Amino acid sequence: MATAAGTIAAPTTESVVWSWITTVDHKRIGALYGVTAFIFFLIGGVEALLIRTQLAVPNGTVIDAQLYNQLFTMHALTMIFLAIMPLGAAFFNYMVPLMIGARDVAFPRLNALSYWIFLFGGLVLTSSFFFGGAPDTGWFAYQPISSSQFAGSGMDFYVIGLMILGISSLAAALNFAVTIINLRAPGMTMMRLPVFIWMTFIVMFLLILALPVLTVALIQMLFDRQFTTSFFLPDGGGDPILWQHLFWVFGHPEVYILILPAMGVVSEVLPTFSRKPLFGYAAIVFAGIAIGFLGWAVWSHHMFTTGLGAVQQAVFSASTMAIGIPTGIKVFNWLATMWGGSIRFTTAMYFAIAFVAMFTIGGISGVMHASPPVDQQQQDTYFIVAHIHYVLVGGALFGVFSGLYYWWPKMTGRLLGETLGKWNFWLMFAGLNIAFFPMHFLGVSGMPRRIYTYDPNLGWDFWNLVATVGAFILALGVLFFIINVFKTQQREPDAGDNPWDAPTLEWATTSPPPEHDFDVIPEVHSREPVWYMRDHNMTTPDPEPGTHIHLPPPSYYPIIIAFGVLLLGLGPLSHLAVTALGVPVIIYGIWGWTLEPTE
Amino acid sequence: MWIFLGSECLFFGSLIATYLIFKGEIDLPPFPSETFIETAYLEEAVASGEITEVASHLCHESSEAGISVCEGIFDIPLTSQSTFVLLMSSVAMVLAVYGAQHNRPMMMKFWLLATMLLGVIFLGYQVYEFRTFGQEGLTLETSQFGASFFVLTGFHGTHVAVGVLILGSLLLASFRRRGLGSEPGFQVETAGLYWHFVDIVWIVIFTVLYLIPA
Amino acid sequence: MTEEALLRISQRWARRLLILAPAALTILFAACSDPQTTIEPRSDMTEAIQGVYEIVFWLSMFVFVAIMLLTLWLAVRYREQPGREAIQIHGHQRLEILWTIIPVAIVLIMLVPTWQVIADTTDTPPENSMVVEATGKQWWFEFKYPDLGITTANELHVQAGRPVHVKLYADDVIHSFWIPQLAGKVDMVPGHENDLWFTPNDDSAREEAYLGQCVEFCGASHANMRFRVFVHDEAGFNAWAENELSDALEPTTELGQLGATLFVVRCAECHTVRGTAASIADFGPDLTHIGSRETIAAGILDNNFENLVKWISNPAEIKPGIEPENDIIDKDPPLRFMRAFEDEISAEDIQAIAQYLTELK
Repeated sequence: MATAAGTIAAPTTESVVWSWITTVDHKRIGALYGVTAFIFFLIGGVEALLIRTQLAVPNGTVIDAQLYNQLFTMHALTMIFLAIMPLGAAFFNYMVPLMIGARDVAFPRLNALSYWIFLFGGLVLTSSFFFGGAPDTGWFAYQPISSSQFAGSGMDFYVIGLMILGISSLAAALNFAVTIINLRAPGMTMMRLPVFIWMTFIVMFLLILALPVLTVALIQMLFDRQFTTSFFLPDGGGDPILWQHLFWVFGHPEVYILILPAMGVVSEVLPTFSRKPLFGYAAIVFAGIAIGFLGWAVWSHHMFTTGLGAVQQAVFSASTMAIGIPTGIKVFNWLATMWGGSIRFTTAMYFAIAFVAMFTIGGISGVMHASPPVDQQQQDTYFIVAHIHYVLVGGALFGVFSGLYYWWPKMTGRLLGETLGKWNFWLMFAGLNIAFFPMHFLGVSGMPRRIYTYDPNLGWDFWNLVATVGAFILALGVLFFIINVFKTQQREPDAGDNPWDAPTLEWATTSPPPEHDFDVIPEVHSREPVWYMRDHNMTTPDPEPGTHIHLPPPSYYPIIIAFGVLLLGLGPLSHLAVTALGVPVIIYGIWGWTLEPTE
Repeated sequence: MWIFLGSECLFFGSLIATYLIFKGEIDLPPFPSETFIETAYLEEAVASGEITEVASHLCHESSEAGISVCEGIFDIPLTSQSTFVLLMSSVAMVLAVYGAQHNRPMMMKFWLLATMLLGVIFLGYQVYEFRTFGQEGLTLETSQFGASFFVLTGFHGTHVAVGVLILGSLLLASFRRRGLGSEPGFQVETAGLYWHFVDIVWIVIFTVLYLIPA
Repeated sequence: MTEEALLRISQRWARRLLILAPAALTILFAACSDPQTTIEPRSDMTEAIQGVYEIVFWLSMFVFVAIMLLTLWLAVRYREQPGREAIQIHGHQRLEILWTIIPVAIVLIMLVPTWQVIADTTDTPPENSMVVEATGKQWWFEFKYPDLGITTANELHVQAGRPVHVKLYADDVIHSFWIPQLAGKVDMVPGHENDLWFTPNDDSAREEAYLGQCVEFCGASHANMRFRVFVHDEAGFNAWAENELSDALEPTTELGQLGATLFVVRCAECHTVRGTAASIADFGPDLTHIGSRETIAAGILDNNFENLVKWISNPAEIKPGIEPENDIIDKDPPLRFMRAFEDEISAEDIQAIAQYLTELK
């Protein structure tokens, strides 16, 4: 194969490491996302345990105030941007092409690029611990406390890290939106798409529209910190409230970016193990779309206490409570999916049912402080901490674990152990409730968030200790998951193509799927294509002999461009010359990328 | 590409919104357009170092006692020229896309080059404008006006520059033996979409910043 | 695990949940007795909030219990059993309409009182309110009574039955003003003025302070930024105001007199004690009557001789983040933190200053 001048030939070696670095296979990239995100998840978990250890007793002395502030900031950033978002990304990377009956995503190399940029962004953010301290003003980085006057270099890592991660998510979002629109198998109409795909699709649009707002806010913050502007600094005529508006215009859709994929997973798991179709498919899809739209009209509910004025408070309380309506519809439809079923209690199903219950608790408490007067007593107390953790742990994370148990056999060919799985579930379930339910009580008795210490005479001692115990039980549950994975991977593959008798297309191919996903692209006749094939005694057709399946070759350029982006970002953190170095690397990468033969 | 442009709309939307929020708060020169202020207030600002000596030269006593008139910093005729250049580049882009879709490689190459050149001329205007403003005392740190103006137009300029690079790589690639591959029309059209978008954003910026008086 | 065992577990959990729910409620109300409780209102503002809260709370409880029971019942009732076939249905229009209407109704019931309270609390403060200018600073509160001419720190004094209009400012970063039993929180934003007003109930006067705390993250010692609110009857309030208005007392002990001299040299740079030579600076807390305050260091230490010595010796040990390297001099007003005086003066001198402060009743 002739190579254009100055470019590297597509990799041909069989070396395992290189094959993973240069891979453009959506399944491998999904696995990379999953493993990376899980490691970040463990880091975020350790941060959480340190926080809880400090707060176990009043006047705790385990860590000091400065480190505590770094830890709660990094715990949020890690869990949101480096764990839950990319765990969702792992699933949609792996599953979207399989579930819509495609051979890969629309732009395989762009997909690899997203992953590598994500990895580098995550490393930049986390490395701040070793270079003058991590960000320490909260993941929301309110101004002016995050300005160069008040905050150290950690906030530069925050700006750069989030910008890099933003590029990654934006590229991925474009890629998957195009994939879902263009690469569906014949017969897979939009209203036959699995709900997981629908939720992913909505998330992609939320990402595409929300990230630029964050990027603008970050750029303005970067200019404030490095180039003497004062967009957000009152001393120079700027307005700290402007930051809050921009941040939450991004920040609230972000919440749905985290939770919608989990809702999608649950909408796949519940029907499979209830042995019946999803109840009210259209309602669930449209409720998801409604949540996606309403998510844009509620950002100011994070700012009820900033002196918004009566009209804004009234409008935003109404729009916020309105989100409860489509959410309520979803919950009822999920429950109705169980109604009349013949429910198999696998670990995946346990997590899915627990998701519905726990997410409902988080949803209810959310509606409570959608009322601005109530919020005046709950904002920035542990009541809110309880609320977000029920939504993000009981909701998003339980969704992820449900998906892990559900799709593990598809991804590895092995069923995760059910006994260890049940231990895993019950420990996490107990830990979640023991850790976070008491936080409602703490909030009601007036304990503010983000305090590194508290006095013994305020009535907060007992429930704080309980919450700490709960956090460790939760961590033990995660440990059981890791043990389960290691034990499972030592066994012989035993899953078969469709161990759960599940209805969607990914179960129509082998476990794990071949590199090209499907020997023959299946034709879709119903919302539950595999059940349709089962009920009509259809078998997967054999490929016509001699057909050549075109697969994109692996490529070096994604990681080269990602490295250039990394250099670009490292400039403001070290020396601007590094940025200058990044530009030619990126240009070279793009040059090679465009000229690289893809046939 | 359409989806990406949707994302870009939000990007520029946020920047323009920032500009509009701060626009009402400009009470010292440099002003975007001609403005009257109290001389005493102006002198006080110079004395306290709130604005530079240079910026105060934009103002002089008006016919009314105690009131100064400050020249606006925007040079609308000049910026109209650069706007015209950018508009012409869009016309050239249309012709390049036409050439690509109708299998006329020489036409495509010529108009791609023309689009690029017009883009570079636009950037030249912008560099000149930034320099002049800097000399007249408007910098990033002068005021919210300066900060939001430079960040907004600067990022627009960056988009134009990226566009020039995209067109450049298309042009270079078109000289290869295989040309632009099997679908030259699609590639050039996508680049054109981006170019027109950047152009339209400039029309919005030009209208909101320059033409609508403070 | 067998199906039987599973059933037993779920039934056991169902029973437990049923027992737990009322237990949870009891505990929730037990939170009343805590000093910083949010559900024992003592002013018109917090009572209005409580009115909405109770509606929202009971509705939420109803939904919570209903959904939990429904989930458990479905899980147990439709578990896999020999001979059970799943019913193959895709939806049910009337049911779906029904459960669209239920959340709509709940939301409306919550919205109406919410809007009412928003209208009430964001109108205009009562005409006869006493104005207090509260400024949040890293990490303490300054309270000024412009009509009375009083400046004090970290301890707010109000009168039962008399409306207070608090104007909220911040000097450095965003803080938030919150007295759970008296006033729902409103942020203090630099460059903005926010307002809140409340009238302490007629029967809310008491010896013991109501607790307040900063609730917007504001830096290293966010946790150490608290304040106290004393609600007096009319006579008590006037007595307090009269004392505050008077100049500082002369120290009576020998040690205290030495402390007064040292104070002018060492502390006057930042602190004011009215009626003495130390009355120029205004960015440290006003100490004219510090001896009459219950606590020091923004409500985190009891106000006594030992704690004052500890505080003057090395304040950063008590309040992390107030190291001098965090000073921001080129700000208006400048941000300057209390230094560790054990590095600058002898232990005896520190004791003298502490003694002097205890005498500034």
